[in-house]
Amino acid sequence: METNFKSPTGKIAYSVFAWIVGLAIFFPILWMALTSFKSEIDAVNMPPLFFDFNWTLENYTGILEQSNYFKFAMNSIILSFGSTIIGLVFAVTCAWAMAFNPTKRTKDTLLWMLSTKMMPPVGVLVPIYLMFRDWGLLDSRFGLIMVLFLMNLPIMVWMLYTYFKEIPKDILEAARMDGATLPKEIFFVLLPMAVPGIASTMLLNIILAWNEAFWTLNLTTSDAAPLTAFIASYSSPEGLFWAKLSAASTLAVAPILVVGWFSQKQLVRGLTFGAVK
Amino acid sequence: MKHIMGAAFCALLASGVAFGANAETKLTIATVNNGDMIRMQKLTDDFTSKNPDISLEWVTLEENTLRQRVTTDIATDGGQYDIMTIGTYEAPIWAKKGWLAPLENLGADYDVDDIMPAIRSALSNDGKLYAAPFYAESSMMMYRKDLFEKAGIEINGRLTWDQTLDIAKKLHDPANGVYGICLRGKAGWGENMALITTMGNAYGARLFNEEWKPEFDGQEWKDALSMYVDILGNYGPPGATSNGFNENLSLFNAGKCAMWIDATVAASFVTNPKESKVADKVGFTEAPCAVTCTGANWLWAWNLAIPASSKKTQAAEKFISWATSKSYIELVASKDGWANVPPGTRMSLYQNQKYLDAAPFAIKTLAAIDSADPINSTLKPKPYVGVQFAAIPEFQGIGTVVGQQFSAALAGQISVDQALQNAQQSTDRTMQKAGYY
Repeated sequence: METNFKSPTGKIAYSVFAWIVGLAIFFPILWMALTSFKSEIDAVNMPPLFFDFNWTLENYTGILEQSNYFKFAMNSIILSFGSTIIGLVFAVTCAWAMAFNPTKRTKDTLLWMLSTKMMPPVGVLVPIYLMFRDWGLLDSRFGLIMVLFLMNLPIMVWMLYTYFKEIPKDILEAARMDGATLPKEIFFVLLPMAVPGIASTMLLNIILAWNEAFWTLNLTTSDAAPLTAFIASYSSPEGLFWAKLSAASTLAVAPILVVGWFSQKQLVRGLTFGAVK
Repeated sequence: MKHIMGAAFCALLASGVAFGANAETKLTIATVNNGDMIRMQKLTDDFTSKNPDISLEWVTLEENTLRQRVTTDIATDGGQYDIMTIGTYEAPIWAKKGWLAPLENLGADYDVDDIMPAIRSALSNDGKLYAAPFYAESSMMMYRKDLFEKAGIEINGRLTWDQTLDIAKKLHDPANGVYGICLRGKAGWGENMALITTMGNAYGARLFNEEWKPEFDGQEWKDALSMYVDILGNYGPPGATSNGFNENLSLFNAGKCAMWIDATVAASFVTNPKESKVADKVGFTEAPCAVTCTGANWLWAWNLAIPASSKKTQAAEKFISWATSKSYIELVASKDGWANVPPGTRMSLYQNQKYLDAAPFAIKTLAAIDSADPINSTLKPKPYVGVQFAAIPEFQGIGTVVGQQFSAALAGQISVDQALQNAQQSTDRTMQKAGYY
């Protein structure tokens, strides 16, 4: 029997299903937030305590007293925005060339770029670490911005390439015939039409850079350490730590959750752009 | 969007100039997140007030991340840290490789001779101390006195593993949420292997013979692993293969374990009413023996060391001297009470009546640490140093692979014989490749 989503029953069923999926996805975040308000002993209680526990802010006060949260958060902002902005400059020009002036090797180049993402990062840890050491880039925000930008560049190029392919080439040609130079063609014709795509690429890359935990842990010590290092510092080898870790995680994801909340419309629009043809 | 981008760009530019000027000597200290280390961070005002020209930057990391970070840094001469927190496994290996600076200027009143002999020897190479212990631990059994009394069980002398098995059988009551015994089941050289190697020692086994050949195919290892799989598989909590120290601590504190054999440092957690529901019901006794008691309990210490690449050795030694001194122990006692001082490193602590009164587990901890000898920890002679590990660079890899095999045997995926055969083959291959024979 075919489900009719337009009928009242179908609509209710569809809504219930969507709510279940949504809650299932949201549950770990909710659980993390709840755990952050528990004492360590309540955090590991079996059966788990949902709301019936002694709510406490001691994990947050302890963390803010022990660590300089704002320094870590500022580093996260600088690294994620910095790497995304530099990445966009390169990715827009790359994607423009590939989308509007393809050669017979364009597809191969795109695949080759993506293939660099298939190698586990630990495979190049030692050479990159040695390069950073020799160039004095260890624990520097500039060095880490470069790594994050290069790491996410293939995804940015791919995403922008897909969006640019949707834009009719004729419009750019018309602009050229009207006397537009290359920079004018890109800035005043192409980019305004690709704003949703660029916005979603930007947001996705900010999130990827914000969450990156391999390079940010391995190439930093204190000055450039972002929120991933802040979270990692609350895992204890001997002693209960779930509540404190949850509080640290909640503080770490809060800024990006807020950004995601306000930009969800752009993000969804950009991610689903060109999905249905 | 323009505003966000502008702000981010400005922040990016600002990052180049921020955190720049710093005239004093800044020591970067890599450490793990545990209660004692966090307490030390809180008390550093005492050090900086006495040494106003030195500032401290703490880098706290999860244990495995810390190990990976400091190993990469020290092996590549990265120079990111001035002081590192390392274990008794790394200290002798790194000292031999020349990666650590010897601690020769800890001050006249430091009293090196007061450090526990077993720990001091584990941290020395060619008579020089390369790391100073911050706190040390052995392993022992923590048990529920109330459950033992109810079942009419009395502990007379040191238990054997057979007796422990019998007690676990008697007290195992999963219907009422109590498991006979909790042990480490999570695979890893510092997880299940730490415990199982001490069990192996108790059964007369050793990791390598005098020719560095592994001995997992011997009867002693079969007896030890069979006991481990039997006692934990049948009388332990469900899903024991994912339980490490913290998981078992949660179970014990929630009143779910009748017995728990693990690090002595757990004693302060299980007797803390803020963390434990059974704080007033816990008894302590030595880890069980089998054919011998030699090596039946492990020895581990977290230590502070200075990488040879550090250019601030003098300031770093000053800090290490402060953090591992007798006066630091007194400072902690004055701020947080004697029960919270870092245990296991100094003999004088165990002669201090105030500490003995405040810490009911002190005597058992001392006995456990005293009896753990990293050099003579097996019944038969052995070529390696270490009770629950062999202080050779290859052991981390070997311990992890063998630990996975033992964990698979516990989960029932493979038999005990198969696990030991796999362990023997892979270890043999690693040792051959490394050129030991």
